[in-house]
Formats: sequence, C-alpha cells, structure tokens
Amino acid sequence: MVSLSSYLILSAILFSIGVGGFLLRRNTIVIFMSIELMLNAANLAFVAFARFLDSIDGQIFVFFVMAVAAAEAAVGLAIIMAMFRTRETVNADEMNLMKW
Amino acid sequence: MLEMGFFVILAVVATVTAMMVIAQKNPVVSAIYLIVTLFSLAGIYLLLGAQFVAIIQVLVYAGAIMVLFLFVIMLLNLEKEKKLVARHRLQRILGVFLGIILLGQIGLIFASVFPEAPKGHFPMEKVAALGNTEVVARLLFTDYLLPFEITSVLLLVAIVGAIVLAKKQL
Repeated sequence: MVSLSSYLILSAILFSIGVGGFLLRRNTIVIFMSIELMLNAANLAFVAFARFLDSIDGQIFVFFVMAVAAAEAAVGLAIIMAMFRTRETVNADEMNLMKW
Repeated sequence: MLEMGFFVILAVVATVTAMMVIAQKNPVVSAIYLIVTLFSLAGIYLLLGAQFVAIIQVLVYAGAIMVLFLFVIMLLNLEKEKKLVARHRLQRILGVFLGIILLGQIGLIFASVFPEAPKGHFPMEKVAALGNTEVVARLLFTDYLLPFEITSVLLLVAIVGAIVLAKKQL
C-alpha cells in the first residue's frame, strides 16, 4: 500500500523540476514542456487526493486541466511560430518586443 | 508489495526522465523524454485506480499535445538554438536554488498538513464495481455539465486563436 504522502512527494519533485526547467532554459519550446510538466504534477496531486479521500471529483478536475493544457499548447505553440517568423529565434531572452 | 514496487519503478522513471527533459540540449530529445514521463505518470494513475484519466493521459498528452510539440519543433529550424541553456551564470545558480527552495516549501506543506477532509461517496470498491469511466462520465454529465460545456467553448476559442496567430496574413 503506497501512502498518500509518497504520491504527493513525487508530485512536488516533478513540479520543482518543471519550475527549474522554466527558470534555467531559454528555449521557449523547452519552457513550454516545463509548463506541461508542472501541470502534470498538479494532476498527479489531484488524482492522489481523489483516491485517498474516496472521491471522484479530483479525476474530473484533471479532465478539465488537460483540456486547458491542450488549449494552452495550441495557442502557445502558435505564438512561438509567429515569433519565429518575425524574429527567427525561439530564445526567450530575445523576445522583448513588449518590454519597455 | 507489488503496488509499492510498481510505484517505485514508475516514480524513478518519471523523475529521471523529467530531469532529462530540462537537461537535454536538443528539444526533440526533450520531447521524447517528456513522452516517457507522461507514460509513467499514466502508469501511476492506473495504480491510483483512475483508469479513465490514465487513458486520457496517453491519448491527449502523450498523443495529441506531444505530437503538436514535435510538429512545431520540426517546422522551425532550430540548428543554432541548440545550446540555449541559461546565458548568465547567476541565472543558472538562482534557478537551481529557487527550485530546491520551492521543493522544500511544498514538502513542508505536504508534511505538516494532513487532509482531514470528509470522505467522498466513491470508495475504491464502489468505483471498481461500477467502472471508473462510468462513474466519471455520470458526474461529468450531471454535476459538472456547465464546466464541461464551457470547456468546449474554451477549446473553440483556442482553435480560432491558434489559427489567427499562426497564419501569415488574414
């Protein structure tokens, strides 16, 4: 029997790896993958809580999170495409058009 | 015992491949590693008795979203972008440092607050008897009908937005 805290610790580790990747990498596509990693860590926490609290609502929330992640991936990758078309780069440091 | 073994294997695979995702220079390799991470998470969902979520994880995440990622990586010419790790040394140190601090904070919260919430109406035996997908679907189409419909609107907006953004000219 695996305890709730082991699932939560795995979730925390995955989330922290996602945050680390977000802060370390400058390639926007890899930054995006880090975001997906963080969303998955949150999903894992949801499913674990749903299992250990005898509830199914957490799994339904995961369904919504995945829908939002799909929408986010579509729009975000479109932004990256548009950015690459004008700037010829996916480097986050050079995407400073909106910076004052 | 078997459950524990499976959990340890899947957790180690998920953690190691997640590290590889952010450590790889080539985004294609990162994407492949991320697919492995998502598959092992699907296995963990199976351990938690969430079969529907596990299948959706493989179909939507490892299937659709990651294919979209790979598609975009292949459309862009990223040869000179390969060594795009943090440019500043300080940024790299700070990134690792803040990540570890965050891990410690989340760990502290998880260690101190144990959920004393009231139990729900779906213990694992009942869900297993009814079938996980049926239970999820029943809730999704009754209690959560409005969010479900709003999700479809959200996806429609995302489709329109993606086309508008990615098109050369309207």
